[in-house]
Amino acid sequence: MARVTITVNGKEETRDVKPRTLLVEFLRDHLGLTGTHVGCDTTQCGCCIVLVDSRSVNSCTMLAVQANGANVTTVEGLAKGDKLHPMQAAFREHHALQCGFCTPGMVMSALELVQRNKNPSDDDIRYWLLGNMCRCTGYHNIVKAIKAGAAAMARAG
Amino acid sequence: MHDFTYHEPKSVAEAAAIIGAARDGSLIAGGMSLIPALKQRRARPSDLVDLRHIEELKGIRREADAIVIGAMTRHADVADSDLVRGAIPELARLVGQMADPAVRNRATLGGSVAHGDPAADYPPALVALGATIITSTRAIPADDFFTGAFTTALGKGEIVTAVSFPIPETAAYVKFANTASRYAIIGVFVAGSGRIVRVAVTGAKPCVFRIKEMEAVLANSFSADAIKHIVINPQGLSADIHATPEYRAHLIGVMAQRAVASAASARRRN
Repeated sequence: MARVTITVNGKEETRDVKPRTLLVEFLRDHLGLTGTHVGCDTTQCGCCIVLVDSRSVNSCTMLAVQANGANVTTVEGLAKGDKLHPMQAAFREHHALQCGFCTPGMVMSALELVQRNKNPSDDDIRYWLLGNMCRCTGYHNIVKAIKAGAAAMARAG
Repeated sequence: MHDFTYHEPKSVAEAAAIIGAARDGSLIAGGMSLIPALKQRRARPSDLVDLRHIEELKGIRREADAIVIGAMTRHADVADSDLVRGAIPELARLVGQMADPAVRNRATLGGSVAHGDPAADYPPALVALGATIITSTRAIPADDFFTGAFTTALGKGEIVTAVSFPIPETAAYVKFANTASRYAIIGVFVAGSGRIVRVAVTGAKPCVFRIKEMEAVLANSFSADAIKHIVINPQGLSADIHATPEYRAHLIGVMAQRAVASAASARRRN
């Protein structure tokens, strides 16, 4: 077993895990944070994307021990009580989800894009989402939502 | 995934000692190729040696007429680096269009180079730029480093510490990417400095290779038209569900001409 301490959504979590434990298993099975989804389990779909030290990462392709000491943000860490994060609110407003399975990864990925580019174009967003797959929406409303979410985040400062 | 013993050395010497003593040890950098292999049990190491805490493997610096990039530097950091963008813009651009953003946030130069994937983007850049791979024990010219599919000149327990890229006058990389994986079905990197021109191809054979016939022609006339007549022999090229050897041979010609056109126009701008 290996002892890991990972700050998840602002809270320090220490657990003893087998070194082969994936970060997504740590989040879902050890901490019960099931908002992060496992889609393909092969680093292609982006459903499991979380922020590790502010960078988007496929948590199905990272070991928990590799995140020891890191700051992790999952989709559960975004809303303040009942008040959705502006990016979450934009996804709801623009009907950017149907089944919702890919949504947590889409939202977390979008947050790194906005960190890098406060005013992304449609092309910027589509190119950025290369590693996020949605099988329902056809992406159109996801692009609209991320654009609106970025604008709302800029307004909120 | 099978169990393994996990190690977090703080120096290259410590990592080399651990990997040397392990029954069947494996180094892990970003893990973008190794973790999928562990999950499928294609790799079953007894010991996993994580290089993430080794400071001497990190960072990007200029040394005389070369850019030296530490082995643990992530793709995203190479793509974002002002130093790389200023000195070898085509290298930054190549790295910025590998895979997808979440993969670029984990994948590293050293990991990619040591893995030796036959369709990877870094190998043709290293070979065309005449890079040197610096390891825990020696320096290896890129021409001698890649030896086959997923095989390199690295010895057991030898650790890639950095790659030194000479700054070219001009360079361009053009790839015909698999639309799903972004791996190159064919990628051609062309680099020129004075009358020295190097053309390296990825995705076509088990291992990156140079086309010396094109290099000789381009040394005298650096234009896409000059290599139009060169026919690539499909014999020995890879065949898979993505492309036949004949199609790959055709793509090499097209990608090489595009790369030369792009590098020639970059040279005119400078």
